[in-house]
Amino acid sequence: MEPVVTAIRQVPLEHYVALSFILFSIGLTGALFRRNTIIILMCLELMFNSVNLLLTAFSAHHSDPGGQVFVFFTMLVAAAEVTVGLAILVMMKRNVDSVDINQLNRLKG
Amino acid sequence: MQYLFYLFAAISVLSGLFVVTARNPVNSVIALIVCFLSIAGHYILLNAQFLAMVQVIVYTGAIMVLFLFVIMLLNLNNSTEPQKTLLTRIAAVVAGGVFLLTLLAATRQGVEIAAANPADASVGLVSHVGMALFKDFLLPFEVSSVLFLSAMVGALMLGKKEKVAA
Amino acid sequence: MNTTILAALVPGLPLLGAIVIAALRRSLKGNSAGLLGTLAIGSAFALSVMLFLGHDPAAGPYTAHLFNWIDIGGMHIPFAFQVDALSLTMMLIVTGVGTLIHLYSIGYMHDDARVSTFFALLNLFTFAMLLLVMGANYAITFIGWEGVGLCSYLLIGFWYTNPAYNYAARKAFVMNRIGDLGFVLGLAWLFNVTGSLTFTEVFDRVAGLGPDVLTGITLLLFVGAIGKSAQLPLFTWLPDAMAGPTPVSALIHAATMVTAGIYLIVRSSVLFELAPFTQDVVLYTGLVTALVAATIGVFQNDIKKVLAYSTVSQLGYMFVALGLGAYSAGMFHVTTHAFFKALLFLGAGSVIHALGGEQDIRRMGGLKGAIKVTHLTFLLGTLAIAGIPPFSGFFSKDAILANAFDRSPVLYALLLGGALITTFYMFRLYFLTFWGAYRGDKHPHESPAVMTVPLLVLAVLSVVGGLLNLPHVFGGHEPMKHFLAHAADGIGAERLHLEASTEWMLMGLSTALVVLVIALAHGRFAKKATLDPEADELPFLPRLLARKWYLDELYERLFEKPYGWLSTMFHRVGEGWVMVPLMNGAGRLTQRAGQVLRLAQTGNMSFYLFAMVAGIVVFLLMTLYGR
Repeated sequence: MEPVVTAIRQVPLEHYVALSFILFSIGLTGALFRRNTIIILMCLELMFNSVNLLLTAFSAHHSDPGGQVFVFFTMLVAAAEVTVGLAILVMMKRNVDSVDINQLNRLKG
Repeated sequence: MQYLFYLFAAISVLSGLFVVTARNPVNSVIALIVCFLSIAGHYILLNAQFLAMVQVIVYTGAIMVLFLFVIMLLNLNNSTEPQKTLLTRIAAVVAGGVFLLTLLAATRQGVEIAAANPADASVGLVSHVGMALFKDFLLPFEVSSVLFLSAMVGALMLGKKEKVAA
Repeated sequence: MNTTILAALVPGLPLLGAIVIAALRRSLKGNSAGLLGTLAIGSAFALSVMLFLGHDPAAGPYTAHLFNWIDIGGMHIPFAFQVDALSLTMMLIVTGVGTLIHLYSIGYMHDDARVSTFFALLNLFTFAMLLLVMGANYAITFIGWEGVGLCSYLLIGFWYTNPAYNYAARKAFVMNRIGDLGFVLGLAWLFNVTGSLTFTEVFDRVAGLGPDVLTGITLLLFVGAIGKSAQLPLFTWLPDAMAGPTPVSALIHAATMVTAGIYLIVRSSVLFELAPFTQDVVLYTGLVTALVAATIGVFQNDIKKVLAYSTVSQLGYMFVALGLGAYSAGMFHVTTHAFFKALLFLGAGSVIHALGGEQDIRRMGGLKGAIKVTHLTFLLGTLAIAGIPPFSGFFSKDAILANAFDRSPVLYALLLGGALITTFYMFRLYFLTFWGAYRGDKHPHESPAVMTVPLLVLAVLSVVGGLLNLPHVFGGHEPMKHFLAHAADGIGAERLHLEASTEWMLMGLSTALVVLVIALAHGRFAKKATLDPEADELPFLPRLLARKWYLDELYERLFEKPYGWLSTMFHRVGEGWVMVPLMNGAGRLTQRAGQVLRLAQTGNMSFYLFAMVAGIVVFLLMTLYGR
């Protein structure tokens, strides 16, 4: 089985780090870029996934299953978050008839 | 092997960019599904077979379908799409770029993997992850069911039509 | 029943009574609260008698260990009671006289709306007093010490709607606190040098201490005794404490609580014997107090005030005895004084009751025909305090005088003079109240049996109380002294070298002079029909005495005024110039900052997101370059 590990480690860990940083930044930029709340939620998912990728890469390179279990839990939380987030979105549409995030400005101090 | 990685990397970055730029939310969702599938490909490259399956089933299969379903339900399309001003967009891109630069600068000296465990090819296999999940992480696993329950109850509460003058 | 349970029940029953009466005070009607309270104290008295009969003085003190109270590091303070001759004597006085006064109170407080509260407090006081005298270490004694102070405060201010009474209660409390501070400091020092507060252990260990340390400790303990037993300079609270109901004055401010200081010194006699300087301080404090209080008593017109100053004066005599090292004489006088002063107070209460609340002796007179029982018992009490043989006061006072003569004839002369003044003002009181023509306007009526029976019992005790410690010259062998000698080591060291003929001569002298003074008082006051003028209209010397040597005014000038000035200054400078601007400034700063910061709360989600990203970038940069 050694060849498998060697094959995995052919791609340097730095590249995975860079890729996941790029994906995270894209998600972040998207969250700032768009006003549609549903797109912002999707950008959040993208950020989650970039972090998951990073965790998995480290886990594989360290041969430590803990990282992958952690990814599993992240997915769990993401699923719960999406459920509640979309429910809020539906309610927002119902109440202010819009999915524009700038409509949510009632918390003004 | 490396070429596959760069291929998948290119696909995920491009589709990620498309998610952000697409005017129609449906297109964004499709692009995100592509992005997630490419990330599943990365998992396979990393020999994380269990995660690759979960990624395909949970993310692309369930979560993104839920997104699509909500978009259909709310009847969102190009015409209803709110737009930000040009200034905000430039600010967003600059902020994202600065963030990326900062992150890259933080890791510019390379990543340390000195404390790596002895090479073990079975790390990402289902049986191995399962052992870790049900032995070392049993309590968090069980507790996560409570999290789901609360999320479910919360979603139901939010989705319910409010009674007038309750 | 074994002794430990008995000993625990003696203070336990009054406590139980206090709790039960306090809990049921709204539902107890009529005399039930009084009967419950009297029952509790009466049972405690019965148990005390059982303890007394079962006690073998030669076997030394019995320690009733209940539980460990404080057990930290090197500090071990058990919650334990000590049953020995001294504590038994005090227990019998407290519960015995206490029972009679409780019984009396049923009649005296009959019409009061808060009679249940009164009995709850009275029971609580008895509990605290028993704790004080029964504790096997200074800590338990101190609990009782504070407890009686609290109950005294509550009972002086029992009629709390009168501001003057409240002021009197506060004065008593504050003056007691001054003494308590000395007591606490003394205890801390004692614990520091001996490592224990248990009586038996402390007394074993003090022998090796230096005289300076012992003098310091005993002086501090004596400060505590001064506060509680109303000696100079802390005695002015006791006359004011007469604001409380008369049974309270009888129980707390004559028979029991004020003798706590005497008890403390007798209990600590081992320490005081090793500190001669403190003994002298005790002696002269007692002497000056006895004389000053006696002179003030001559010009008081309030029946209770006269008795109060008489109490202060008699307490002075007890301290003189302690200062002379005549502990048994001091305790003997405590006992007889408890009998006749309780009797006098209750008699005064009966007079006040008979006249519907009148306390001014200038509006009394000629009462001996109207209230016969009260008159008879009051006369017996007066004879006892004046020291006419064979009444109890004669023996106890004579024991002190004999000890004083043994020290120095001058001391004897001064004390005898004080005793004659005592006789004078007591008979002035008696003649003005019961003889001559009636000068008041209310119709006097005799008190009910529930009040007169305690008077009769106390009168009998006042007459025969002297037999408790009958001196050798009368064929007795001082049983009380020998009984107490087993408890307090200091008593064993007492030596009195007087020839029998000298004693006879001294007694004859004092008795003759006392009779002479009585005749003088009879001549001046027995037929009096006119009223004495107010204090302000008297010539200088009597006015000085009637005004209590201007001690209250002196304290006001010396302590209250500067203290008030200091407080005002602190209020003006500290509060007005420093604290208030500081506080208001802090408040205004927060308000202003809030007004500025709330602009940041735009309510715009996108702005929040931008701000969050900026924050994350800043933090990342800080972790990168900030080291």
